[in-house]
Amino acid sequence: MHSITLVVNGVVREATVPARTLLSDCLRHHLGLTGTHVGCEHGVCGCCTVLMDGEPVRSCLTLAVTADGHEITTVEGLAGPGGALSPVQRAFAECHGLQCGFCTPGFLCTATALLAENPDPSDDEIVEGISGNLCRCTGYQNIVKSVRRAAELIREEA
Amino acid sequence: MKPPPFDYHAPRDLGEALAVLAETGEHGKVLAGGQSLIPLLNMRLAAPGHLVDINRIDPLDTLTATAEGVTVGALARHSRVERSSEAAAAQPLLRQALRLVAHPVIRNRGTVVGSLVHADPAAEMPAVLALLGGSVRLARADGPAREVAAADFFTGPLESALRPGELAVSAFFPALPPRSGTAFREFARRHGDYALAGIAALVTLDEAGAVGAVKVACIGVGATPIVLDLTGVEPDAVAHAVRGRIEPEADIHASADYRRHLAGVLAARAVDEANGEARRAFDHAGR
Repeated sequence: MHSITLVVNGVVREATVPARTLLSDCLRHHLGLTGTHVGCEHGVCGCCTVLMDGEPVRSCLTLAVTADGHEITTVEGLAGPGGALSPVQRAFAECHGLQCGFCTPGFLCTATALLAENPDPSDDEIVEGISGNLCRCTGYQNIVKSVRRAAELIREEA
Repeated sequence: MKPPPFDYHAPRDLGEALAVLAETGEHGKVLAGGQSLIPLLNMRLAAPGHLVDINRIDPLDTLTATAEGVTVGALARHSRVERSSEAAAAQPLLRQALRLVAHPVIRNRGTVVGSLVHADPAAEMPAVLALLGGSVRLARADGPAREVAAADFFTGPLESALRPGELAVSAFFPALPPRSGTAFREFARRHGDYALAGIAALVTLDEAGAVGAVKVACIGVGATPIVLDLTGVEPDAVAHAVRGRIEPEADIHASADYRRHLAGVLAARAVDEANGEARRAFDHAGR
């Protein structure tokens, strides 16, 4: 067993995990943060995407022990103080960027990082940016719209 | 679907990593970005007894571009190399190929050297190393490091010249020669998937501006990246020449004939694009 310390959504969290524990399972089972969803567990679906030191990564393709000492942001950490939804979250709600919601945590984390790096992405850049996330409900049109809207909201509120 | 149990090692420096690898021998496996290894563990296609996590060895996170070429350390992520304008200036094929490696999120963790050692015959980075005639540096605890040329490094599907106890510490990609251009074309069922077939091309013009050397590396159509010298082949005959020199295998994704057809089409396009890049470099140098 290995004792690890993660800064999850700004809070120092400790866990004792076997080396083979995936970061996705550590977040869900050990830390109770079930907002991070687990779909394929081999890096294809993108549902488990979280931010590690601000960069989106697959939590199912990262060992919890490798993440020791790093900062993790999950979907639970995207909202502002008092639970006010982030611009990306509001845009997804406004533009119907989700239906069943299973893939949404991954899309929200991916889009948050995409817009932090590129505040005014073209449609092609949005599609490329979210190409590693699968959604089986929406057909992606409204997700692309949501990301575009989120960029507007971030600019308006800057 | 969870990884099988293993003993975990998190060395703090290269010496410690090499000592652990020497001790664990064929049971030791290096974990860098994990974007190929952890899926194999999750699906239990691999079950190494010892995992040696090199993510804490910061001196391996290097990227150096010089007039000779680009040296990529074992911990340099795909995304870092992709974003480096110095690396792209020294060898543009790196960025052209990296944009085709999986998805941006995967590239944030996956490493270039890891891709080389994984040696997937449909992966882009082995083809880039093979086409350019680069090399991989392999270190071990009980002897000097050795530099293995790309031509000797890829030995089979998912097999490389890396021996038990060795750690691939860096890879060297030679710089683009003068009057030269490169291109990477591939076809995949879905964006970011492994390609059914793909071609990396390098075209060099002679001093008069006529086409001098033409080389391609083919992926997805053999056990390792296949480098073909197409110097002297007329543009119209490139597709035919490539098809005659590869022996792709069929699988559930594509028949052998379809892969052979694709490789020809992609080769013609890649050589044409690389030729255009070479022409631009030639015109630019002439001005």
